[in-house]
Amino acid sequence: MSSAVAQTQIPRLPHTGRVTQRRVFMSEWTKLRSVRSTRWSLLAAVGFTIGIAALACAVVSHHWPHLSAGDRRDFHPLEPNLAGVQLAQLALGVLGVLVITAEYSTGMIRASMTAVPRRLPVLWAKAVVYGLVTLVLTIPSVLIAFVIGQSIFSGRHINVAFTDPHVARAVIGAALYLTVVGLFGLGLGAIVRNTAGGIATFAGLMFVLPPLMNVLPTSWNNAASPYLPLQAGEAIMSTTPGNHLAPWTGLGLLCGYTAIAFAIAAVLLVRRDT
Amino acid sequence: MIEARNLTKDYGDKRAVDDLSFTVRPGVVTGFLGPNGSGKSTTIRLILGLDAPGGGDATVNGKHYRDHPAPLHEVGALLEARSVHSGRSAYNHLLSLAQTHGIPRGRVDELIDFVGLHDVADKRVGQFSLGMGQRLGIASALLGDPSTLILDEPVNGLDPEGIHWIRNVLKSLAAEGRTVFVSSHLMSEMSLTADQLIVIGRGRLIADTSVDEFVRQASGKLVRVRSPRAAELSVLLAAPGVTIGETDEDGLLEVNGLSPAEIGDAASEHAIPIHELTPLQASLEEAFMTLTRDEIEFKPLVDVEKKDEVAA
Repeated sequence: MSSAVAQTQIPRLPHTGRVTQRRVFMSEWTKLRSVRSTRWSLLAAVGFTIGIAALACAVVSHHWPHLSAGDRRDFHPLEPNLAGVQLAQLALGVLGVLVITAEYSTGMIRASMTAVPRRLPVLWAKAVVYGLVTLVLTIPSVLIAFVIGQSIFSGRHINVAFTDPHVARAVIGAALYLTVVGLFGLGLGAIVRNTAGGIATFAGLMFVLPPLMNVLPTSWNNAASPYLPLQAGEAIMSTTPGNHLAPWTGLGLLCGYTAIAFAIAAVLLVRRDT
Repeated sequence: MIEARNLTKDYGDKRAVDDLSFTVRPGVVTGFLGPNGSGKSTTIRLILGLDAPGGGDATVNGKHYRDHPAPLHEVGALLEARSVHSGRSAYNHLLSLAQTHGIPRGRVDELIDFVGLHDVADKRVGQFSLGMGQRLGIASALLGDPSTLILDEPVNGLDPEGIHWIRNVLKSLAAEGRTVFVSSHLMSEMSLTADQLIVIGRGRLIADTSVDEFVRQASGKLVRVRSPRAAELSVLLAAPGVTIGETDEDGLLEVNGLSPAEIGDAASEHAIPIHELTPLQASLEEAFMTLTRDEIEFKPLVDVEKKDEVAA
């Protein structure tokens, strides 16, 4: 390209303003919406939540006449309906990591920290903006998934209504859970500052730790497992009794882990060289 | 105005910046000169609060960078290391920075035009050439219309036209009364742009002076003398502290330690004809090479007495 530049007189800027938290929110919103990884990851999360729910419900519905009485008794129509959350959480957790680690890998963090040298407003703004964006996308996604899944089940008369016990809590809880998982990824990414390391840490804590617990004696495993980030958070989607925490206690614990990750990240962000 | 006081920074065992003190004043272009790895970029990072100093401190316009409520209006910085998300467009990159200070979108467009990136403003920065990336960096430095500019190696990757442009931009920024601090490892570049110089090597201050003075100090007092009676003249000029170099060319001497006036007067007293009397000035590049030759043993040149020794 040719870029003929003749001007040397720098245009003046009449108004000057200071850095505020609200302005940093705006800045982080621009950053989040202007990279491709955001679009793809969010699209994947929405697609998984709805698509896999529809698929799982269709498969169960198809096989329903062949299921044993025991299987039918243990069945809860929300379980296949929320199956997509399993994959969606991976997309959202990884995007959460990327929201901060991409700044380090590309060097953008230096520009960000030069514009906001107090640093912490950037971390808070990332968390609020990313949290809101995920929530705004996951709530309709889980509701759409619910409507599709239960309308498939209605052919077999095995559907539940939104007003039935636990249903609203589990469905809306799924969206809350996905949002917190995304923020957990962001918090871990802010500590590790490296994309590969951040994703490994996130996946390790969420998905590798649970099977590792199997090496423990069964009684220890049963006692400790409900407190792991994944199991604790998923309690909000539970519809049947089992070895898990009470729904809101579990989600609250995952929020606690996320808060701890952010506290560590905040201390490190202020102290470390950029 | 930038002030560094006893700035020190270690990375592990390596001391990157060593007890560095200097002041950068408004109204002139101040060059920040040193070989690669001499601590220029680290010093700039310390000034911008990106890294915390191990000792000493740095202020911009009287405050630590971090304490400015609107830093982009105080300081515009171009860092040597790329500091742009490669997946974002130039426009959105600048917009995200502008929004932190409530700077309007119109300002972003204005600067994109100013640096000549209009046609590629919506392209992802990852596809930019080095020169385009550099122009984007200059746009982000100027975004807040700052009173102080800190530019790390701004000519890197620019085409000749771009280099010419940035030189004029720097001069016009300084002429407007702004503080302009420009690092480079290229002496030739500094000789064209800078008025003042801060020279460092291995993280330590070597010189804090004007460009003219720097060259003069480093050149020593070398004078080329041509005379048909060169042999006679060389006997006449011989004195302690004066060295006279014979050249291959007949009748041509290189005298170190005397001014052209002293040589001319002495020749005139003895009626020795002089055909040429030229003070030889080292180029800034030569001056710099002389000064940084001993990487181990840096001699501060701020101190006038030692200058001739260093140059000799």
